[in-house]
Amino acid sequence: MTRAARMPPAARAILDGDRRALARVISQVENRDPKVAAISRALYPKTGGTPIIGITGPLGVGKSSLINLIVARLRELDRSVGVVAVDPSSPFSGGSVLGDRIRFERRADDAGVFFRSMASRGEAGGVAAATREVARLMDAAGFDVVLVETVGSGQVDIAIRDIASTSVVVLVPHLGDEVQTLKAGLFEIADVFCVNKADLPGADLARKDLSELVGLGAGRSGWTPLVVSTSTTQPSGVEALWTAVETHERFLDSSGQRGIEERRRLSAEIVELVRERVGRELSVRLDRDPDLRKVVDDVVSRKIDPREAAERLERGSAFRR
Amino acid sequence: MNRTSKAAPIRVLIAKPGLDGHDRGAKVVARALRDAGFEVIYAGLRQTPEEIVRAALEEDVDLIGLSILSGAHMALFPKVLALLKKEKAGDIPVFAGGIIPDEDARRLKKAGIRAIFGPGTTLQEIVTTAQRLARSAA
Ligand SMILES: Nc1nc2c(ncn2[C@@H]2O[C@H](COP(=O)(O)OP(=O)(O)OP(=O)(O)O)[C@@H](O)[C@H]2O)c(=O)[nH]1
Ligand SMILES: [Mg+2]
Repeated sequence: MTRAARMPPAARAILDGDRRALARVISQVENRDPKVAAISRALYPKTGGTPIIGITGPLGVGKSSLINLIVARLRELDRSVGVVAVDPSSPFSGGSVLGDRIRFERRADDAGVFFRSMASRGEAGGVAAATREVARLMDAAGFDVVLVETVGSGQVDIAIRDIASTSVVVLVPHLGDEVQTLKAGLFEIADVFCVNKADLPGADLARKDLSELVGLGAGRSGWTPLVVSTSTTQPSGVEALWTAVETHERFLDSSGQRGIEERRRLSAEIVELVRERVGRELSVRLDRDPDLRKVVDDVVSRKIDPREAAERLERGSAFRR
Repeated sequence: MNRTSKAAPIRVLIAKPGLDGHDRGAKVVARALRDAGFEVIYAGLRQTPEEIVRAALEEDVDLIGLSILSGAHMALFPKVLALLKKEKAGDIPVFAGGIIPDEDARRLKKAGIRAIFGPGTTLQEIVTTAQRLARSAA
């Protein structure tokens, strides 16, 4: 089709390092602008080489403060960084206050860093897709590392595993009970646990507890999550945190897990896209197509149950193959 | 600017240039704007004009709100406007709040600050003006 077509100017500009163009296309992604499709398609072949590091954890544990120090560390190592920080939108007004930038300090003329705040705008699936798209744009824009901050609550923290190559779960001392209840979910996600606010009492204990739990759950894909502790107010441990992230990134390469994980993530993305398209199309047709309306009528009048309706649709004309 | 869908929220950067120490007023405005459906990028205290403009461009905002109490507005606000112009982003409307004498307010408006809110302004007034400014730039 349009595969050989000219590259859209916005895509060209992003590849050439134009940060304004990057900022504008990110807005288009946020606005679910259909023009993004052509830009993404043109950029996709240029992506995939960049570590995408997820920084997730409960509200206020110090994720943004850590990102600030990680970025400083990466700049010392002369590596460029794109950051996207996602905060929830208010379910009432649809608005939001995005405050992650407050913690971010760097020279205003440093072209090696790009920081973008993003509101979750609506349902979790959409957030995940938009966040992935933004991380991918930053990858295409040539940053050496992309950091993604998300608040770990429910859906979004699971989604970070579908976006990031390494996921860091940030906790603080005395989250003991929370860790217990979140345990299963957290262990699904974490490649690295970071006990932040290590300057507060109880940090050693929290770290020890976590290390024990990690020991019990060991073995997923041959990787045992690393546990580090940090403080951003009395700066310590950030180098160790970054070393842990790099250790996981190296493990991905040496074990062959990188390819496997990437395949899993991309498959999930394809499934999600098809689900969304088919779902949208089907909703419309269930409403408009007389034959399909009849199927719904039969469910409403209890002639058939919803599962049977779904099976009929799958067998019949509702899906073209 | 690039608001393609009517439903897309207005993005506004709220920043506090200068050295004075508290940002209660700016936070109240930020929350009022959120409650009116804005996406507020809150940049916090002690921002230099360079940092403010950098943030505005990276965040691709429709609007910038500056808050100041220290009296340095005559130095800092025009600097922000000049930097925006230099970056070819002079079309992003800038409004300001704080304690600004009338004579200064007149001069700042002439310089290109689109609206100035003194201590007596209601939040509703700020929200309505912000909506109008964002729409006029779109
Ligand atoms: N004592 C102590 N406080 C910290 C540390 N790191 C962050 N904080 C404080 O914790 C609060 C939240 O920090 P943020 O970095 O904004 O945390 P966050 O996880 O990004 O917050 P959200 O994005 O709102 O979920 C701030 O008041 C920080 O000063 C730390 O190492 N020790
Ligand atoms: Mg944060």
